[in-house]
Amino acid sequence: MTTPLKPIESYRNERKYPFCPGCGHGIILDKLNEALKRLQFDPHKTVIVSDIGCVGLSDQYFATNAFHGLHGRSVTYATGIKLANPELNVIVLMGDGGVGIGGHHVLNAARRNIGITVLVFNNMNFGMTGGEHSVTTPNGAHTATTPQGNPEQPLDIAATVTNNGASYVWRGSAFDKTLPDHLVEAIQTDGFALLDIWELCTAYFVPNNDFNKRLLEGMLSQVKSGSGVLHRAERPEYAQALYQFAAKQAGKPVLPHKPLPQKFAAAVDRKMHVVVAGAAGGKVRSAARLIGVAGVLSGLWATQRDDYPTTVKSGHSVSEVILSPGEIRFTGIERPDVLILLAPEAVRKVAHYLPQMTADAWFFVTPEFAHLETSAKKVILDAKAAGVRWPKLSAGFMAIAAMLLHTGLLPMEAFVEAVKTTQRPAIAEKNLATLTDVEKLVALLPKDNA
Amino acid sequence: MTREYIDGATAIARGALDAGCNFYAGYPITPATPILLHMARELPKVGGIAVEAEDEIAGIGMCIGSVMGGARAMTATSGPGISLYSENIGLAIMGETPLVIIDVQRMGPATGGATTSAQGDIQFIRWGTSGGYPIIALAPSSVAECYSLTRKAFDLAERFRCPVFLVVDKEMISSLATVELMTYEEVPVRERNIAPPARGTRDPRWRPEETYLPYSFEPVDAVQPLAQFGGPHIVRFTTSSHDEHGFLTKDATKVGRLNRHLDSKISQHNDEIEMGRLDRQDGADTLFIAYGTTARAMEEALSTARAEGHRVSALVVQSLWPVPERLLNEALRGVRRVIVAEQNLGQYRREIELVALRNAVRNETPPPSIEGLNRIGGEQIMPEEFLAQWEGGVA
Repeated sequence: MTTPLKPIESYRNERKYPFCPGCGHGIILDKLNEALKRLQFDPHKTVIVSDIGCVGLSDQYFATNAFHGLHGRSVTYATGIKLANPELNVIVLMGDGGVGIGGHHVLNAARRNIGITVLVFNNMNFGMTGGEHSVTTPNGAHTATTPQGNPEQPLDIAATVTNNGASYVWRGSAFDKTLPDHLVEAIQTDGFALLDIWELCTAYFVPNNDFNKRLLEGMLSQVKSGSGVLHRAERPEYAQALYQFAAKQAGKPVLPHKPLPQKFAAAVDRKMHVVVAGAAGGKVRSAARLIGVAGVLSGLWATQRDDYPTTVKSGHSVSEVILSPGEIRFTGIERPDVLILLAPEAVRKVAHYLPQMTADAWFFVTPEFAHLETSAKKVILDAKAAGVRWPKLSAGFMAIAAMLLHTGLLPMEAFVEAVKTTQRPAIAEKNLATLTDVEKLVALLPKDNA
Repeated sequence: MTREYIDGATAIARGALDAGCNFYAGYPITPATPILLHMARELPKVGGIAVEAEDEIAGIGMCIGSVMGGARAMTATSGPGISLYSENIGLAIMGETPLVIIDVQRMGPATGGATTSAQGDIQFIRWGTSGGYPIIALAPSSVAECYSLTRKAFDLAERFRCPVFLVVDKEMISSLATVELMTYEEVPVRERNIAPPARGTRDPRWRPEETYLPYSFEPVDAVQPLAQFGGPHIVRFTTSSHDEHGFLTKDATKVGRLNRHLDSKISQHNDEIEMGRLDRQDGADTLFIAYGTTARAMEEALSTARAEGHRVSALVVQSLWPVPERLLNEALRGVRRVIVAEQNLGQYRREIELVALRNAVRNETPPPSIEGLNRIGGEQIMPEEFLAQWEGGVA
C-alpha cells in the first residue's frame, strides 16, 4: 500500500554550503533545488554525480543519491548509472576544470546522446587549487599560471556539444532568473543535455581580473555562438537504443557449446606436432584450426597456438597444432613432426626447426623453398606441375589437405566434417571444391616417402 | 565423453555470462579484444549492455557507475590499459565496488609487444593504485579454469565488494585447447547482498542515514550489504575519505578505521580466497611453482620427470593476491629446493621467498634455496627448461 506523500519542499539537506562569499556555486545549487522542487522527482530515483574541485563538494548538500568520483570522469560514471538503470534521473555537476581533463568524455556522451544532464559550473579558472587557468579562461585573462595574460583560446563547450549530438544546450549566467526553467527543461530532455553556466570565482578570478557580474554578463552577450537555448534536437537516447537492440536479440542462444563428438578413428599413438607457416591474410589460422577439429572428431586431443605480428594482412602467420591420444597441457612446440612452409614471410620464424627435424618428420613446401635443407622427408607441392590453381587464400587449406592425404595422419572424412561443422556454408563449399585439385597434387608425389 | 575445441577468451566470456554479468565496457586492445567482441555480441541476448568506450578510463568508469545502478560488471584490457585503469581501481576499492577486471598480459614495458606473451603485470595489479590497498587476483592455467575462475572472480567480488582481477595472457586467451564438457566446474556464484529496506521509519524517503549507514563496519572486517541507486535507501558513493554516512571527513579516527576496513576485510579472510593445486610427492625435496600459462609447461615437465622415476612436487598457484600463505607453507614443508618459473624477472618469487623466510625463522629451520626460471623475451618457458635447471642443480 502506498501512502500519498506531501510535496517535497526542498531537496537540500540541512548542511550549509562551504563556498566563499559571493561564489556562484551556491547560487546555482539553489536554482537546481528550485528545479527539482518543480519536478518533484523521487529522491531515490535521482542521482547527483559530482566531479572534483569546489563543485565536487556540492553533492553533499542534497538529500538525493550521490556519486562523488574522480576528476573529469563524472560523465563516465553517470553514463554507467544511466545504462544500468534508465529510470534514474542522473545529474552531473562539474566545473570548467572537469571539462578540461574530461572533455573527451563530455564530447562522447553528447555524441552517444546518453540521457544525462550536465551542469558546467564555469568560473573560468581552478578555484580549489589556487586560481590556475582552465580550458575556459578567456584569452588575455590573468590567472596564477598566466600572469602575462592567457595566450590560449577558451573552449566553447556549449558549441562543441551542440555540434556533436547533444539534445539540449543552454548557456547563461548563474544570475539568470530563468535558469531554473532551463534546468527543468534540460532534466526533462530524453537525451544528453548540457548547461554552460558562467559564474564568479570570488577567491581568484574576480580579484585577479577586476571581474564582476556586469563584465560577466557583457562577455556572455558577445560570445560568438550566442547565449540562451543554443540547441534543441530529438534523436534516439542511447540507453533506450541499446535496450531496444537487446530486446531484438532476446532468446537467441548465448555462446552455446560446440561439441565435437568422436565419429572417426585416427592412427595417432603419440603426440604429433604440426606447424603451418604462411603469410598473414592467407587464412593460415582458420585452416590450421581444421586439423585440430578433425583430430577431436577422431577422438584425439588437440591444441593450437598462433604467432603473428600486430599487422593484420601482412607479415607472417604461424600456427602450431598438437594432436595427441592423451590430454595436452603445454601448447608449445620444441620440434615439429610436420612442418608446412608456404610463404617467404614465415621462413625466418621456422627456419630454426629445419636442422632439428629428423628423418621420420615431414617438410611440406612450395617449389620456391625446395632448396632448404633438412633431414626430414621433403614433399614439394608443385601446383604448376600438377596443372592446378594455387590461390593465396586457399594455399593454407590446400597444403593442409595435401599433407593429411599424403601422410594419412587423420582420416580425410574427419577433415571434410571439420570444414562442414566449423566454416560458414559458402566458405566451406569453396574450400571443399579445391579438394579435387589437392588430389591431383598429391597424385604427383613420389609414393616412396608416404 | 564429448569435447569441444575452444580458446580462453570464449571460456572467460561464458564464465562471465553464466555468473550473471550483465554489463561490460572496455576499449579495444590486443590481446584482450576477443573478450570485448564476445561480450558485445552476447550480452544483448541476455538483456545486458556492452559498450565500446572512448578509452580505458571511460570503460572502467562506466563499469563502476553501472554497479551502483544495479549491474554486475566486467571489463578487460591489457597492461597499457591497466595503467589507465589505475586511478579508477582505487575508486573501486574506496567505493567498495564489486567488479571483475580481466588483465590479458602482454609484453611490456609501455606498448611493448602487443602479440607477445608475458607475465609482467603480477606486482603491478597488486600495487597499481595510490594508497596501497588490497585487491584479489586469480590466475587460471587452463581453458577450463578460465571458465571456473571467472565465475569465482564474480563470486569473490560480491563477497568482498572489491575489484577482482583475472590474470591471463595472450597464450591463454587465443590458444585453442580441447576440453571435456563435463570437466567445466560450475563454481557457485553468490547473489549480491543488497541492503534490505529500513523498518519503522516515518517516511523512508528521508533521513536515510538514520536507517542505513553505508560505511559503518562492525567489526572492522565486516562487509556491508550494498545499497544500489534506485533502491529503498538514499545512498552516497564517494571516492574521498568519508564517515559512516558517506560524507567527507578528515577525522583521523574515522578515516583510519575506514582504511583499516579496506585492508582487513580481505587480509583477514584469505582462507576464503586461497586457491591452488598442490601435487606433493613423498620424498621429493624439490618443489616447482608456477601459475598461468607457465604452469602448463611445469605440469608437462613434472610428468616427464616422474615417468623417469624422479621425485618432484609441484604447486600451481591459482589465487595470486592475497598471497596464499597457508597453501605455500603446506607446499614448502620439507622442501630443500624451490624453482619458481615466470615470464618476468621473479615478481612472484619474492613473495615466495618472504613466506619461506618467515617459515624458517618461525620453525628455526634452514630456508630452502629458491631459484627463478625466468624468460622475458616473449618466448614460452619450455618443459625441458624445468628439467635442465633441476638436473643442473642436482649433485
